[in-house]
Amino acid sequence: MNIDYHALLPEFILSGTILLVLVVDVFLSERRKWLAMPIGLVGVSASLVAVLSLIGNVPRVSFGGTYVVDNFALLFKGFFLIVAIVVLALSLRYFREGGFYQGEYYFLLLTSFLGCVLMPSSRDLLLLFISLELVSAPGFLMAAFRKGDIKSNEAGVKFFIIGVLSTAVMLFGMSLIYGVTGGATQLNEIAAKLGTLSGDQETLALAAILFVVVGFAFKVSAFPFQFWAPDTYEGAPVPVAAFLAVASSAAGFAGLLQLMFVAFIHQHEFWVPLFAFLSIATMFVGNLVALQQRQIVRLLAYSGIAQAGYILLTFALVTDDVASNHSAFSAAVAYILIYGIMTLGAFAVTVAVSRRHPSLLISDFAGLAKTAPVLAVGMTVFMISLAGVPPTGGFWAKILIFRAALDRGGALGPWLAVIMLVNSVISIAYYFAVPRQMIFRDAEDGSRLRVPALVTAVVAVAMVALVVVFVIPNPFARLADLSTLVGAG
Amino acid sequence: MTWQNSAITITTLLPVAGALVIALMPKEKDRTIRLLGILFTGAALVLAAAIAIGFDYGKAGLQYVLNVSWITVIGARYHVGIDGISMPLYVLTFLLSFLCAIYTWRFVPDPGRTRAFLALMLLLETGMAGTFIAFDLILFFVFWELVLVPMYFLIGIWGSSNREYAAIKFFLYTLLGSIFMLLGFLAMYFQGPDPHTFDMVRLEAFGASGGFSHTFQLIVFGAVALGFAVKVPMWPFHTWLPDAHTEAPTIGSVLLAGIMLKMGTYGFIRIALPFMPYGAQKYAPWIGALAAIAIVYAALACLAQKDLKRLIAFSSVGHMGFVMLGIATLTEIGIQAALFGMVAHGVITGMLFFCVGSIYDRYHTRQIAEIGGGMFTNLPKMGGIFAFVAIASLGLPGLAGFWGEVMALLSSFNPSPIFLPEHVGLFRVFMVMGGIGTVLTAGYFLWMLQRVNMGTLPDRWRESGLRDILAVEWVAWVPLLVLIVALGLFPRIVFGMTDDGVRGLLGLFGG
Repeated sequence: MNIDYHALLPEFILSGTILLVLVVDVFLSERRKWLAMPIGLVGVSASLVAVLSLIGNVPRVSFGGTYVVDNFALLFKGFFLIVAIVVLALSLRYFREGGFYQGEYYFLLLTSFLGCVLMPSSRDLLLLFISLELVSAPGFLMAAFRKGDIKSNEAGVKFFIIGVLSTAVMLFGMSLIYGVTGGATQLNEIAAKLGTLSGDQETLALAAILFVVVGFAFKVSAFPFQFWAPDTYEGAPVPVAAFLAVASSAAGFAGLLQLMFVAFIHQHEFWVPLFAFLSIATMFVGNLVALQQRQIVRLLAYSGIAQAGYILLTFALVTDDVASNHSAFSAAVAYILIYGIMTLGAFAVTVAVSRRHPSLLISDFAGLAKTAPVLAVGMTVFMISLAGVPPTGGFWAKILIFRAALDRGGALGPWLAVIMLVNSVISIAYYFAVPRQMIFRDAEDGSRLRVPALVTAVVAVAMVALVVVFVIPNPFARLADLSTLVGAG
Repeated sequence: MTWQNSAITITTLLPVAGALVIALMPKEKDRTIRLLGILFTGAALVLAAAIAIGFDYGKAGLQYVLNVSWITVIGARYHVGIDGISMPLYVLTFLLSFLCAIYTWRFVPDPGRTRAFLALMLLLETGMAGTFIAFDLILFFVFWELVLVPMYFLIGIWGSSNREYAAIKFFLYTLLGSIFMLLGFLAMYFQGPDPHTFDMVRLEAFGASGGFSHTFQLIVFGAVALGFAVKVPMWPFHTWLPDAHTEAPTIGSVLLAGIMLKMGTYGFIRIALPFMPYGAQKYAPWIGALAAIAIVYAALACLAQKDLKRLIAFSSVGHMGFVMLGIATLTEIGIQAALFGMVAHGVITGMLFFCVGSIYDRYHTRQIAEIGGGMFTNLPKMGGIFAFVAIASLGLPGLAGFWGEVMALLSSFNPSPIFLPEHVGLFRVFMVMGGIGTVLTAGYFLWMLQRVNMGTLPDRWRESGLRDILAVEWVAWVPLLVLIVALGLFPRIVFGMTDDGVRGLLGLFGG
């Protein structure tokens, strides 16, 4: 069994940082607990450098093919580590001023990110399961971190119960797959074995696939497993909500992409209608309920559900044609990346506003254009981008999915595209409610909002990134395209 | 990079550069900001004029072409160019934007914020101009959508009382339409020539040679036409327009009526018709019918309006009806009429909205009843210009509004013998409806003038010391007034540009 230590370096660095954060916390006085954050930041950055050092030196295979570092994995690892840096930046003031247990928080957060980073390399059912649990388990605790608030307790409990339930179903599905394939756990072995099944065995395999999808559907908050998301995001500390909405959900998609496009690819005729239904239901539920939201975090939660629906649509585009699968796959990857930028930006603005308005109603954003112009412009760009309107990167992300949908041929693709289009238009109504408050209304307290420098930096970078992607989409689109190793496989 | 292949790009993107510069100015330098607005729009206008002068009108096809790779993954290219069909609209975009910037020198609507106002206006200018020179469907769509966001904010921030409703209605309505248009574009990409392309020149050649199947054309023409029809707007998709116009600030209305509506009709002429001739043939009677209804409906609606600005907005629906009627005939004369009508309507209605804006600035009301007549007595010059433009708008021979309408009616007497031989009778009915519409149009405009200009001046305005036309208004308006007369007397100014383009277009689909 070969172990490629260079390929595993990012994970090693991150694991070391996690232990360091845990140990150092014990020796820090109460006033200095926040130092865990810079330590974490350095560790994550070092891990990111390790990821960058692997570019061009892939694919690398470890542990007998169960752990693979390829372009797809590198892209997601880089993405997760950048998200980690952003979430750390958003957390510093929030946790320092809120009187939380800081050392424990950073330990849990980084552990979750370790799970995220493992996910895109896991080419084995067991590893996938471990990665997924590594992402989720600290999440249960972090969601309940605002101990004094009943809503945060509810957030943690709800997240935990639904999470554990869906994990159990998924694990059951995995055990069935283990059984019918005669002990295969590696994804490509599973694909090969499943292709040869027939009769009862095949029926059992299809049921198993369904069960596994359930586990991931929970993770990405797809209908009908979406209802934990708004309550959990609302109750959780805002940076944790940002983590759940972006990193946790993207990790779910990274795992789901590998399972569907590699392990279960031969059964696509069975699960394509399933995903078509999931996608349609998820976007409608997300968008229609979002219309009635009055609180920004809940709005972003439903927006995240709707966006998950768009990404799920790409799964419903799978056919026997490798080229068209390729374009569906890279559309999904591109969408996840852009979604990450937009949503993180929106959460960064929310973190800043929460200092003055802890209840975070959308009406609390009134007059932000005067009290914090940079945040207001940034938030406007994020909302326009989430709605998929130029001049922002969200526009291209949607175009790529439309293109993949029409590329598929047959009746399903165009119909899904039409449904997604209708949903995009619905979504504008609620996305634009935020700029409307910020720009058209006046604040009750017209004094300038003091914004932490780190948060301003995050907003500015995300905003510029979205506009740059709009003007020069080519490098970005190619990035997503490169990662399609799995799709072609 | 030579002037030949970079001219259009520089000219089109100059306003965005201006928007950036203005956005970075300190807020206190209000005068400098306004001056910059005039300078940037002025410079862009000079460049556009240079393009128009350097254009070889004897040559068919695109000029000033730049065609480079843009987004390889989805096969979209940065392909821009200009031909006779685009030219008048392209130049008009820069002219009207420049005049709006001049007007802004004196008039910035509440709540001020000149910097944001001008930056958004410049962004809008690029979006509008870009639509007319894009020859790649994705690029076209990007420019098409680019106008939405600035216009949304122009209406939503600087509009009058019901602005938020009008702004979001405008946005959602237009977006819903254009999104079906996008789907149509993608469908053309996949059903088009091999290798797949978004290039409008190649798709035009492919479509004109009957490349798209009949069923495909029936579906996709409908999708694309829906996007254009909302923008025009054609009856019954027009309901956003009166709201948007009524609430928008003056220059928002000028640009909306002057340029943005033309994006829809331009789309019909540039994309829908030549790409899908069979679809055009099948939909033409319906488009004609909607156009004829629009003409009569808008005229009747105008008769019922109490708000001056709303009245002008509804009159736009009628005028665009004439443009669409011309297009629906699928004849050379009809499409020429449409192109001329677009330019004439841009100039005249743009000017009318300037007038209404300035009247509102004096009276602080747009209600005809509250103005109460007698404008000739207290504001004789304003009254005179308003009367002149209103008469031009109703289509008096010798002024710009005449040619587009009369030629549209003329062409619907004889719709295309190749495409619409069995619908001659129907189009003659449309012609009669259009004729009734012109009479009603004359009626409501004259009645409006009677109520606003004539009569005795109400006492409340007698001692109010309202000021007649200001210097800045003269500067902004004289070019338009001159154009109204010039286009009326020498219609060749436009026809000379569009002749070859239209002939080439019709030649493509066997006209």
